[in-house]
Amino acid sequence: MSSENALLEEYAQREYEHGFVTDIEADSIPAGLNEDVVRLISEKKNEPEWLLEWRLKAYRHWLTLEEPNWHNVKFPPIDYQASVYYSAPKQKPKLNSLDEVDPKLLETYEKLGIPLEEQKVLANVAVDAVFDSVSIVTTFRETLEKHGVIFCPFSEAVHEHPELVKKYLGSVVPHSDNFYASLNSAVFSDGSFCYIPKGVRCPMELSTYFRINAQNTGQFERTLIVAEEGSYVSYLEGCTAPKRDENQLHAAVVELVAMDDAQIKYSTVQNWYPGDSEGKGGIYNFVTKRGACRGANSKISWTQVETGSAITWKYPSVILQGDNSVGEFYSVAVTANHQQADTGTKMIHIGENTKSTIISKGISAGVGQNSYRGEVKIMKNATNARNFSQCDSLLIGDRCGAHTFPYIEVRNTTGKVEHEASTSKVGEDQIYYLRQRGLSTEDAVNMIVNGFCKEVYDVLPMEFAVEARKLLNVSLEGSVG
Amino acid sequence: MIATENDAYQESFQQFQSEQSSTAPAWLAELRQTAMNRFTQLGIPTKRIEDWRFTNVKSLAAKPYRNVQSISLSGGEAEALLEKAKLDESFHRLVFVNGHFVSQWSTEHELPEGAVIGNLASAIREEAGDLQNRLSVETDDEAAAFIALNTAFVNDGAFVEIPDGVTVDHPIHLIFLSVEAGQTASHPRNVIRLGKGSRAAVVETYLGREGEGYFTNAITQVDLDETAFLDHHKLQHEQTESLHIASTHVDQKESSEFRSHYFSFGSLMARNEINLMLDGEQIESTLNGLYMPTGEQLMDCRTRIDHARPHCNTYELYKGILDDKAKGVFNGKIFVHQDAQKTDAKQSNQALLLSDDAVVNTKPQLEIYADDVKCTHGATIGELDENSLYYLRSRGVSKDLARKMLIFAFANDVVQGVEIPAVRQHLETILLSSHGLPDV
Repeated sequence: MSSENALLEEYAQREYEHGFVTDIEADSIPAGLNEDVVRLISEKKNEPEWLLEWRLKAYRHWLTLEEPNWHNVKFPPIDYQASVYYSAPKQKPKLNSLDEVDPKLLETYEKLGIPLEEQKVLANVAVDAVFDSVSIVTTFRETLEKHGVIFCPFSEAVHEHPELVKKYLGSVVPHSDNFYASLNSAVFSDGSFCYIPKGVRCPMELSTYFRINAQNTGQFERTLIVAEEGSYVSYLEGCTAPKRDENQLHAAVVELVAMDDAQIKYSTVQNWYPGDSEGKGGIYNFVTKRGACRGANSKISWTQVETGSAITWKYPSVILQGDNSVGEFYSVAVTANHQQADTGTKMIHIGENTKSTIISKGISAGVGQNSYRGEVKIMKNATNARNFSQCDSLLIGDRCGAHTFPYIEVRNTTGKVEHEASTSKVGEDQIYYLRQRGLSTEDAVNMIVNGFCKEVYDVLPMEFAVEARKLLNVSLEGSVG
Repeated sequence: MIATENDAYQESFQQFQSEQSSTAPAWLAELRQTAMNRFTQLGIPTKRIEDWRFTNVKSLAAKPYRNVQSISLSGGEAEALLEKAKLDESFHRLVFVNGHFVSQWSTEHELPEGAVIGNLASAIREEAGDLQNRLSVETDDEAAAFIALNTAFVNDGAFVEIPDGVTVDHPIHLIFLSVEAGQTASHPRNVIRLGKGSRAAVVETYLGREGEGYFTNAITQVDLDETAFLDHHKLQHEQTESLHIASTHVDQKESSEFRSHYFSFGSLMARNEINLMLDGEQIESTLNGLYMPTGEQLMDCRTRIDHARPHCNTYELYKGILDDKAKGVFNGKIFVHQDAQKTDAKQSNQALLLSDDAVVNTKPQLEIYADDVKCTHGATIGELDENSLYYLRSRGVSKDLARKMLIFAFANDVVQGVEIPAVRQHLETILLSSHGLPDV
């Protein structure tokens, strides 16, 4: 096994390919956080009074909160005053076409492989790219507008569709929800807004690409997706950041609202900079994601592939309010090197005949620590609610950890909840079998790991599934033992 | 705030210490004082503490419970209770009333040489069993307030020492009765040690008089040396207004085996905790449990298994049947340390909900730091299986009886794991009567 151990070492020292820095002039405000900073951000974005009030309310509430400590991740205390809460690439105020976007920015996204240019029609993905704190460009807007779909940066939505933003902002994740969500509500800089009108099936996949570039910056974006009655949307989210020695904070909020018969499919490939092999640097990813199945027969599906970040702390949840609504959570979380993840979901069954499925695959390598934390709640009126959860962990190497913390609460006799969890390692016999058939050890492990995650990849949109597979292979490079 | 809630305990403690001052050795007084300080510091746990999130013990535990210094056995109430608790005359029997040993009701049959089945207070007096080093229970977490409280009031309980190679043929029955009137508290402490290759069975029964609620705060410490085997049973029948908090701490050495059968029927709030430390290879442990809360009862079952060494197997099955407005909490943790390769741990929790007002909270947890392990846990919660009901009904069984049969079968899974006939029969009788099945 020694050669495999060597491979493991090599794997653990994998390279982060998106670690470059774009040298671009940025308009940043000084580090620190106080009411004036909140006002300044609001002012920079030329926001209406009600939004500023909302931010201040959130900020004041945040001051009363303490950082949560129940999670199974360890990190030195974060100095919230050391972070920069707003950073925007300097650019001309109004863009008419892509030609006017700073070429350096476009170059960055090209390096990242994001199909920003409208010419790449084949890709058929509408992209809203968020660079540090502000949205850079949104593609395919005209095509979308024809169908009545609104897909634009959050800051624009505030001005152009204030009634929608006002109605739904904070309706799923209130400003007082938790420490990180309150912080986000106070200082969020931009994000994506998406509205699918009644009966519309969004003609293409919508996508947001997040990138943290500037140093010492926290990124706080907010995504709000509203799917009206009978509509459908598939939404993709990707993220990267440059390599830096210090930890950077990312505290996002995502809110989804699905009305009667509406469906939202939200896929994430999270590849923030995970820190180096010594555990130095990397993104602290503290994200609150929640969807509300407000209407009957609605469906919200979360799929996430989490390969990046030094610390991942996120629990994409579904509140199953409408009768017959469906919630799904498919997750692959990889922790290699010194990465730590505490991730999972919450499924709150309120309506009758609500169903939820949780499939979580955790892979730990190096000294990575991977925890699944999930809650399934069946409320009193949720007659015939049904949940199935499966949490599998795969361990690669003997210095990593895999943990499972499910919480189950049932208040209705007709509720049926099943939870299964298993932990195993990549079997020597499995590797042996594949090597016998001419595969290298590394390919063998990749194949086993990909097989382990298959249930999740199957529900990812095709382009994403390919990317996720590649990412996973890179993440685990050298961790075979 | 905290100070006022603890006042009753403080007062009670001062009185207890002064009454004990003439008899207790210095080390014991010091141990108690340290523990009391720890309890004061921790306070009664609130729901904010993760380990007490679903069990709001505050209002029940903060009552001004009185520590009973001397007991009177007149009035026949205690004797009547004792008769209810007795299982079989062949058992070795130790009886405790409000935490105090009652020698005249205890029976000890002939024992193999060197075996001791006695009470803790006498053992302390006789300086037996290295108790000075064994009575403190190592805990560092913030949820351990009641363990500290027990240590502060540590005084009496069972003391069992079985030397190497000795098999105790008859089960050792420990009976804990709460008889005294008023809001009383007792803090029994049982210390059990089995030498190399020895074998024994222990049954703990907790029972109390009707009337005002009382508080039992018990700890059982078990040390199993190499290849020792202990079959441990606990029957919790406390009166339905009372608070029962107990923890069992088991330290296992190589190739030893521990089996636990926990049956929870009584009390208004019962929290039972079993902590296993597997400190040796080739250890086997089985934890079985059945909890059947009805009315407004809350039953909280917690287990923690520490796999510290390689090649150990553990099996765990906890079943709950919840009716009325009852609440059931299960919290099972399997902790596999870095070097505990080849661990095989299985855990399962199944709960049956018979009423829409009942609540189940389940939290099965795995924390794994070794890579070559097999760990699984499963939890299912639901109502009776429709197909089984249909099957029985299609054969002419009434709906009501079919339901009862299925409930009985569900619970009987755990009961059948009990090997002592008298205990098993006792449990079967309870199962049959509690769900109104005709005797078969």
